[in-house]
Amino acid sequence: MTTDAAARRGSRNLWGDAWLRLSSNRAAITSMIVLAAMVLFSIFGPWLSPHAFNTVYRSYIKVPPSLTAYPQPQDIQEIMTRTLRRARVDIQTIDVNGDRLSLGIASEQEISLRVRDILERVDDFSDVTITSGSSDSRQMSLEMTITRQLFLFGTDSNGRDILTRVMIGGRVSLAVGILATLVALLIGVSYGAISGFIGGRVDHVMMRIVDMIYALPFMFFVILLVVFFGRDFFLIFIAIGAVEWLDMARIVRGQTLVLKRREFIEAARALGVSTSRIISRHVVPNTLGPVIIYMTLMVPKVILLESFLSFIGLGVQEPMTSWGVLISDGADNIAGAIWMLVFPSVFLAITLFCLNFIGDGLRDALDPKDR
Amino acid sequence: MTQDHIANRQPPTPQGLLHLASLAFAVVLVLAPILAGAQSVYHRGNTGEPETLDQHITSTTYEAHILRELYEGLVAQNAKGEVIPGVAQRWDISDDGRVYTFYLRDDAMWSNGDRVTAGDFVFSLRRILTPDTGAKYANILYPIEHAQAINKGEQPPDTLAARAIDEGTLEITLRDATPYFLELLTHQTGLPVHPPTVQQHDKGFVRPGIMVSNGAYTLKEQIPQAHILLEKNPNFHDATNVSIDQVYFYPTEDRGAALRRVIAGELHSNNDIPDEEVAWVRENHPEILRTATQLGTYYYAVDHTVPPFDDVRVRTALSMMIDREYLTEEITGSGEVPAYGFVPPGIGNYGEPAYASYRDEPMIDRIEKAGELLREAGFGPDNPLQVEIRYNTSENHKKIALAIADMWADNAVQTSLLNTDVATHYGYLRDGGAFNVARAGWIGDYNDPQNFLFLVQSDNQGFNYAKYNNPEYDRLMDEAAQTIDLEERAKILYKAEELFIRDLPYIPIYYYVSKSLVAPSLKGWEDNPPNVHPTRFMSIE
Amino acid sequence: MWRYIGRRLLGAVPTVFIVITVAFFMMRLAPGGPFLLDRPLPDQIMENLMRVYQLDQPLWVQYTSYLKNIIRGDFGPSLIYRDFTVAELIAGGLPVSIQFGVSALLIALGLGTLLGTLAALYQNRGGDYLVMGVATFGMTIPNFVVAPVLSFIFGIALGWLPTSGWGDGTISYKVLPIICLMLPQMAIITRLTRAGMIEVLRSEPIRTAHAKGLPTRVVLTRHALRGAILPVISYLGPAAAALLTGSVVIETIFGVPGIGRYFVQGALNRDYTLVMGTVLLISVFILLFNLLVDIIYSVLDPRVIYDD
Repeated sequence: MTTDAAARRGSRNLWGDAWLRLSSNRAAITSMIVLAAMVLFSIFGPWLSPHAFNTVYRSYIKVPPSLTAYPQPQDIQEIMTRTLRRARVDIQTIDVNGDRLSLGIASEQEISLRVRDILERVDDFSDVTITSGSSDSRQMSLEMTITRQLFLFGTDSNGRDILTRVMIGGRVSLAVGILATLVALLIGVSYGAISGFIGGRVDHVMMRIVDMIYALPFMFFVILLVVFFGRDFFLIFIAIGAVEWLDMARIVRGQTLVLKRREFIEAARALGVSTSRIISRHVVPNTLGPVIIYMTLMVPKVILLESFLSFIGLGVQEPMTSWGVLISDGADNIAGAIWMLVFPSVFLAITLFCLNFIGDGLRDALDPKDR
Repeated sequence: MTQDHIANRQPPTPQGLLHLASLAFAVVLVLAPILAGAQSVYHRGNTGEPETLDQHITSTTYEAHILRELYEGLVAQNAKGEVIPGVAQRWDISDDGRVYTFYLRDDAMWSNGDRVTAGDFVFSLRRILTPDTGAKYANILYPIEHAQAINKGEQPPDTLAARAIDEGTLEITLRDATPYFLELLTHQTGLPVHPPTVQQHDKGFVRPGIMVSNGAYTLKEQIPQAHILLEKNPNFHDATNVSIDQVYFYPTEDRGAALRRVIAGELHSNNDIPDEEVAWVRENHPEILRTATQLGTYYYAVDHTVPPFDDVRVRTALSMMIDREYLTEEITGSGEVPAYGFVPPGIGNYGEPAYASYRDEPMIDRIEKAGELLREAGFGPDNPLQVEIRYNTSENHKKIALAIADMWADNAVQTSLLNTDVATHYGYLRDGGAFNVARAGWIGDYNDPQNFLFLVQSDNQGFNYAKYNNPEYDRLMDEAAQTIDLEERAKILYKAEELFIRDLPYIPIYYYVSKSLVAPSLKGWEDNPPNVHPTRFMSIE
Repeated sequence: MWRYIGRRLLGAVPTVFIVITVAFFMMRLAPGGPFLLDRPLPDQIMENLMRVYQLDQPLWVQYTSYLKNIIRGDFGPSLIYRDFTVAELIAGGLPVSIQFGVSALLIALGLGTLLGTLAALYQNRGGDYLVMGVATFGMTIPNFVVAPVLSFIFGIALGWLPTSGWGDGTISYKVLPIICLMLPQMAIITRLTRAGMIEVLRSEPIRTAHAKGLPTRVVLTRHALRGAILPVISYLGPAAAALLTGSVVIETIFGVPGIGRYFVQGALNRDYTLVMGTVLLISVFILLFNLLVDIIYSVLDPRVIYDD
């Protein structure tokens, strides 16, 4: 109905038309909202999180996700034992009362007052006070406040909060995924359309260039980028853009080869419409269906490719991270700490689901045959 | 199994009987396992695809595991990794420690029935030292007189001071007394080749069906990246005591996959395990996990030519602040030992390493003292020290760098990390590139402190990443090389290590531990520091 | 058409030449070297090695002698796997990789087009969402995660298949690696087919065919699929070349003796001759497959004509 109305009016442009139809697609709209939430989550989440993405909690290496705060009762004993082992004192009593902890220790030698400083240095305790000591200084009682930490998604192998790292990782991955894809889209579509439409020798040469880039060893290209330009976030886009537009160019060229023999293109040509105008007004819009679908396929590829770049030393450097890096770290911990894999994967999956629905919605909305 | 194989093994028979004989032989081959009970087959996971099976070109430990099964050197190693007589039944050492006379056993045979002679060893030693062989480990034999000059191409190989007095007696003269010479000979480079085969096939002598070996096993099949199959050598002098009939070596590049294969019972052992899964295995499959201290040190090199890292106070402060106990217990967690000296404890010809003085001090005091040192060097919260750690990409190196960066932050040191692929990393270090702090590790080739301390001699280009240059250190190392008395030598080396720990060209972090998976059905696998596990001493239940 | 194919094959020669040249110098510009891995070598030893492998000569001399050698069909010895020549390594692994690649490709193509068509027919209904959900999942989860999980489930938990390894090369060792290779391709083909199909189903000729009363099956296979599969074909050119030359992740996790690992290991180890061998191989594959794709275009859609 909307379509008919728009068609009747006829004056409306391609994009306005498309927007109207897109807004009636519930799955697409829901996905856009979720995706926007994801973007906001990544941008603002780290500021709201109680943990910094690079804070190391030495007492909480690879702790599983939990709705209750750490340290949990059994942890306190363990942390205390570990902390005091090297101070050569024995733990006699540990009493936890809410956030307050009282501790009784004993030793064969005199206990140094430094015990207080040692405890203070542990992330989990603060306000350590010595409440009493025996006359020979071989027994001591202390009180302190327990600092509680909530790790909803657990921690990684260095004791960093995974929730915050997923948020921070989202910044890099969403930026790379969306921007690099757009770059690849721009180059790929125009290159493919020109190559296919002009055809002949031009097509031949342009496509052989594509073949060459496919065949060149990508890893050396990346290594050389790092060698000559150092590490720069911007280089990620160049490295990814350099390879990802190739598939797009081939797909668009394939579609163009078919399109250019169609009646409406022949007609436009006969009317003397310029080549550039035919390509931009008639060829490209008609290739958008497969292009949009392929674009949604490219995003996960790009996001995971970024983790490969990090492997060679381009891409993000620790402690900064990305979903790709988190997922490949998680894959190493699949048996012992599966949450390291699950959470970043879930976020990536949700993003891709959204992109797929948006892609389908866009495709339907832009479909020239429905106009 | 294959026609070729049967043909190779058949005894010479008159033409007419050939077919019948091979048929009978085939029947025997098929029936033998059934008659004699099942064959004992050992499925052995082994880090990676060997780069070569040529004992003179080899350089990796996973090649050594295979080569030691195939060949036996003058000396060998038992299940505990100790030196035992090999082809040489006994040996004499001259009083000045320079002349070794080896008496070869007369029942040592090649797999084709030839006797293993002193001449074979002379041929082998000359071959590895010939420059055109391109031997990566030729330098391990440099203690033999003239070896270095030959390897440089300055002298012909036949001038090597190794000569066959008769078929069964070999005399090797050394440049200097080298108390660890027998240890050197246990390295895979000391294994002999069968001269006629090498002369006939040149580099191709390593192929199944061509290779003639003198160890407990022979090479039967090699499918690159899939497996290498070894079969018991009936001509081996101790064959009656070899219980396992066949050994499959699998290149288990993916350590996670190797772990699954051991759990599923597809492999009897694997000589590595993913660092990340050690804790999980310890909890869920403790019976298959084996760890043993190894002669190796994980360290951070510090560039002595880049200010402010040329300041010993800065280096000492950085070293003091590393809580090695925390690193080994919480971050690596496979039983690694905190390293406060550079030479691993328990090494031969040496006592306890020269440990840093702060080894036993509580962390809190060390952090305070380190802060003091940094302040003296001009750094503090207002003017924080900036450090960049270079490392080659790996989950383990990353974790350690992150944890150390966090420890250094205790005194406001700001650390950034830079990872590259392994070739770029070591290429950069070898080319003398400037850096702050760079990760590296060293696993000893032989059981002697010299093999660790020589790394930072000033003339040791290529190894001395730190560009450490201390004439006193060099002098001590030279002096040790000239000293025959082992105790005296150990004292001199200890002094050198004291200098090392004072100057810290490398900040030692931990001593490596070897991690293996061994199925309970595999008997005779003994954990040992050289991490050597010859199949001939093992059996399968 | 034959003239076109002939011209394309002729054009492949300079293309491969340029690829070899660029790759050669790119590779040699990168830091590191084949004998510069984690264990340092003394200078003397390094000199011997460089001389034995002629790496001590000026770069252009090495380049011209490399070119001369490949024209004679000699790819040189591998610098890392020193018992083998590059030709032997590739000849040993390529059949395995091709076998896996072809199997994965055919299954992915068959299942992908089938699922994609079904999803298009039931657009925006339960079946569609189910298929698309599975496909999205298949694309999201990288194979370095899928492979260990499947290996654990089928090898350890259920015990139906070997966890990994090559064994005697029987089918039970091939099932899991082929599935892992196939899954992401199937997901992509499914999505591309669905999109193409939806588009074609709405087009005039198909509506006409339906109106004429042709059975749905005939309309789909004879007419719709031809047009719908075009983007899939475009995608498959390079994808097939990549699949047939193996996958480093799948091969290392499952211990498959293919050549996929040589692409990555060769580069990481700076095994110069092996890298050049793989580059040559992949460029030939890419050129052949893209030619094949262009031929299929004109077979599927006679309107596609290649002219000058």
